[in-house]
Amino acid sequence: MGEGSGEGLWLGVPSVANRMAAITSESRPTDRAIGWLQGQLPKIVLSPSLAAILLFVYGFILWTIFLSFSRSKILPVYKFAGLDAYERLWSQPNWYVALENLAIYGVLYIGLCCALGLLLAILLDQRIRIEGGLRPIYLYPMALSFIVTGTAWKWFLNPGLGIEKVMHDWGWTSFTFDWLVNPDMAIYTVVIAAIWQSSGFVMAMFLAGLRGIDNELIRAAQIDGASSFNLYRRIIIPQLRPAFLSAVIVLAHMAIKSYDLVIALTGGGPGNATELPATFMYSYTFTRNQMAVGGASAVIMLMTISAIIVPYLYSELKEGGRGR
Amino acid sequence: MAASVETAVVGTARFWRVLIYTTLIVFAVMYLLPLWVMVVTSFKTLDEVHEGRMLALPAHFTTEAWSSAWGTACIGLTCEGISGYFWNSIKMVVPAVAISTLLGALNGYVLTKWRFPGHRWIFGLMLFGCFIPFQVVLVPMAQVLGKLGIANSTAGLVLVHVVYGLGFTTLFFRNYYEAFPNELIRAAMIDGAGFFRIFWRILLPSSGPIIVVTVIFQFTNIWNDFLFGASFAAGGSAPMTVALNNLVSSSTGVKEYNVHMAAAMLAALPTLLVYVVAGRFFVRGLMAGAVKG
Repeated sequence: MGEGSGEGLWLGVPSVANRMAAITSESRPTDRAIGWLQGQLPKIVLSPSLAAILLFVYGFILWTIFLSFSRSKILPVYKFAGLDAYERLWSQPNWYVALENLAIYGVLYIGLCCALGLLLAILLDQRIRIEGGLRPIYLYPMALSFIVTGTAWKWFLNPGLGIEKVMHDWGWTSFTFDWLVNPDMAIYTVVIAAIWQSSGFVMAMFLAGLRGIDNELIRAAQIDGASSFNLYRRIIIPQLRPAFLSAVIVLAHMAIKSYDLVIALTGGGPGNATELPATFMYSYTFTRNQMAVGGASAVIMLMTISAIIVPYLYSELKEGGRGR
Repeated sequence: MAASVETAVVGTARFWRVLIYTTLIVFAVMYLLPLWVMVVTSFKTLDEVHEGRMLALPAHFTTEAWSSAWGTACIGLTCEGISGYFWNSIKMVVPAVAISTLLGALNGYVLTKWRFPGHRWIFGLMLFGCFIPFQVVLVPMAQVLGKLGIANSTAGLVLVHVVYGLGFTTLFFRNYYEAFPNELIRAAMIDGAGFFRIFWRILLPSSGPIIVVTVIFQFTNIWNDFLFGASFAAGGSAPMTVALNNLVSSSTGVKEYNVHMAAAMLAALPTLLVYVVAGRFFVRGLMAGAVKG
């Protein structure tokens, strides 16, 4: 609803003024003044949040950008150093490792979570008797901290005492699973643990989407003689587009936030094999005393995310316009 | 509960039913396995842990690891377990969830029912705040918390979590209220209800599902946060996750896996409990949100 229509309605009803006057009886302000105050009230309510966001998000982003152009090492130093930190960042082999790992991790995490989530949702939607028992099982890892998940999987995948030992005890003596300590494979343990944690959430989103599809639509397609496979491919899965979009956005946000899981599961190792931009930024800023380089890496992370998120937000806001 | 998408089952053979059930159950076992391992390990003695047989039930059931994790395990230089950090997390999460949810509800209400020119820009700005990598605010935040005198304190963490939770809480409520019929609001206005009256009497009473969703989301996120805790509250006021990580990664000498698992269970229990108690409601709320939004 627009401002104009709201205020028009508000002022057009006589009893409103009386009621407001009864509340603020001392000064008995005019209808106009009440209307003005009422008009401003929503903005007043919104303003503390907006101010906080402007300062703590946008102000801090500018601050970090400034730091990335400075000479800061162990502490912030506000001396302009041009692109020095960026040049040093892009000459760090560690940074390339982090970027490559993020690409592997991000693509596999988002892709497999969506695939698994969709599979489980479609299977659960086949009038499964034990759905009420299964759903919470798929969903519960979502309630856990990545630190808990990392701790649990670190133990589960422990090459000496974990799943490998179990397989050996069961007679499969050639079974090896040393990914946790194998620099080439360690990043995939992060992927596995992260999918375990998040795929249930995606399943829930898709299931909600499936349950929201208009039955008439499905019935119409059935009357037209569509097969089950075609029904899903042509009618049902395309209808899940909003659920898919929110799932990808939540997952992308979580993938980029992925700092905790790596810290708990591999500590960025072995060596630097599971370095991600988030762990890179943290260690350069707080332990390696290269704050400007850390800031530069944070700015690159921000730019990467912006390239994905800004188009999404743009379309989202345009959609809001249509809904009006 | 909405009717299932029923059509796919029509005419499918029994074989498919068996295959579907088998697939679902195999996945359920895979999802449960790490939790199972955590639980059984936490009730074993360290000697038994070292024998392997990770999946087996404990031969000598003991809660020693749990009491050690809670009260005597060494984290850093102090050997008082993780109990103190557990309370740190509680003191952080309750105010942070309450404040960010309330503000999100009000923001969502304003941004859907009291729109003004530029409302989309403001929502866009708030929404973008959800997606920024928090690495980009860590150093300035540390500086500001230091200046405000709330560095390394629970109050500082509450502020941080409220600020960076706002985008999500606003998003949830905005999407939910977007679908709320404007006719009801208009009718209430004609009856003379004002801004807050409409919010309290009309929107909030029908916001149950989205409040539960938001509270669970925020509670889970804030309880489980590690980055802010590690950055702004290392030491005595550290939250649970930071303490758990310190316990697991810095223990010298023999790794007490059973104690680690007990501590991980303690860190997981509050969010698991919320999930078990309100999980059904959460899924229902999520569905309602997805259907209506």
